Amino acid sequence: MKHTVTLSRLRACAAAAAVLALSGCATTGNQQDPLEGYNRAVFSFNDAVDRTVLKPTATAYKNVVPGFAQTGVNNFFGNLSDAWSSINNFLQGKVEDGGTDFGRFALNSTFGIFGLLDIASEAGMPKHNEDFGQTLGKWGVPSGPFLMLPLLGPSTVRDTAALPADFAGDIWKYKDPTHVRNIGAGVRIIDKRATLLDASNLLEEAALDRYEFLRDGYLQRRQSQVYDGDVPRQANDDAGADAAGDANSQVVPQPVSVEKK
Amino acid sequence: MKPVMQLFAAAAATAVFSASVIAAPVANEAPDALVKRISADVIDSVKADKDIQAGNRAKIMDLVNSKILPYVDAQKMTQQAAGRHWRSATPEQQQKLTQEFRTLLVYTYAGALSTIKNETVEFKPMRSSPSDTDVEVRSQVNVSRGEPITLNYRLSKGDQGWKIYDVNVLGAWLVQTYTSTFNSEISKNGVDGLIKRLAERNAQLASKPLAAPAK
Repeated sequence: MKHTVTLSRLRACAAAAAVLALSGCATTGNQQDPLEGYNRAVFSFNDAVDRTVLKPTATAYKNVVPGFAQTGVNNFFGNLSDAWSSINNFLQGKVEDGGTDFGRFALNSTFGIFGLLDIASEAGMPKHNEDFGQTLGKWGVPSGPFLMLPLLGPSTVRDTAALPADFAGDIWKYKDPTHVRNIGAGVRIIDKRATLLDASNLLEEAALDRYEFLRDGYLQRRQSQVYDGDVPRQANDDAGADAAGDANSQVVPQPVSVEKK
Repeated sequence: MKPVMQLFAAAAATAVFSASVIAAPVANEAPDALVKRISADVIDSVKADKDIQAGNRAKIMDLVNSKILPYVDAQKMTQQAAGRHWRSATPEQQQKLTQEFRTLLVYTYAGALSTIKNETVEFKPMRSSPSDTDVEVRSQVNVSRGEPITLNYRLSKGDQGWKIYDVNVLGAWLVQTYTSTFNSEISKNGVDGLIKRLAERNAQLASKPLAAPAK
């Protein structure tokens, strides 16, 4: 009898410990980040991987590979993502943007030699980066809590739920044979990291707490992307900030959504 | 290290002084015209100066202090980032906090300036009426590779004309991005704790060379 009591107590303790580990010691209590303890642990892991492997590789890539080759790599994978971006624009009801992105994909894939050249941009067809997370946001799905994903970096519950669709919509995923696909995926990641080198150096200087800075910057940026840059002022102030409070209320709200000609 | 700090202090003092004296003649300038002028002026200066591109700290600081800081309302930025804690701080604390935060922003901005290469800035049409005293100026930086970088400014009109009090980079407002850290640091260690933390970071940045320009 006594034995079972101890066991169930142990279980309760273990469960409590698990919950604690997951929720961490969320002393600051940011409303959008209930999983701060877990997220910070993943952030440290990602940071270690970045410092030891990814950043040195990307720095070498940026310094050694000729500029035109880097541009080609960037254009090539950017072109593949235009196709998925086009579909997401259509899903969001943005027919014109969807048409432009499809046109970009068609033009760059053919006359741009499999997307190595971005002639569509030069022809005045702007690129829109739309993914399924933004589509869900546009449909009214709230972002949910902030989530730091292992290796993939900052995300939210909504954007994480959208990832399988984004993976499925990635044309490179269907590239055969496998070893070409894997090498391509590796080059793509290094190239992506190389384009972020300046920004990440800046982040290290500007942030007192890199995790918080990245989180709050990311949440705002995603919301801005969902609204295509036109975030209503109130909605923006709600994102990420739990303490903006009275300071922001002193600001006179403006009708940003009203177009004056 | 010490001469650099002295130079910086001197430059900052000059900037504060000139800000209070010079700003008057351009008080009637429209906010978007003001931002356009500053931005063109800064980019031209960077492109024309090999030392700045090479990361010459003194020259970059000079540029930031003379061309940008006079048009920035550092106190309003700090006040907003501190949120509800601002009113519980003493005037001296408010002043010190503003000073340290402004210095950090200057260092950050200086780091960003040394990376300017072939970028061009494109301004979007303003959406405000002439009677507004708080506006948003929107622009984007077109880079040679990748999608354009959003760069928006919030300005408010005061006695000395328009002043910038927040900047949006890539969709995130700077002040709001600092709000959490300010809040948690003040909750834990008080206003003095935050001042100390900012001062430590600034000292660290002052002794570190600016990021070497990419080849």
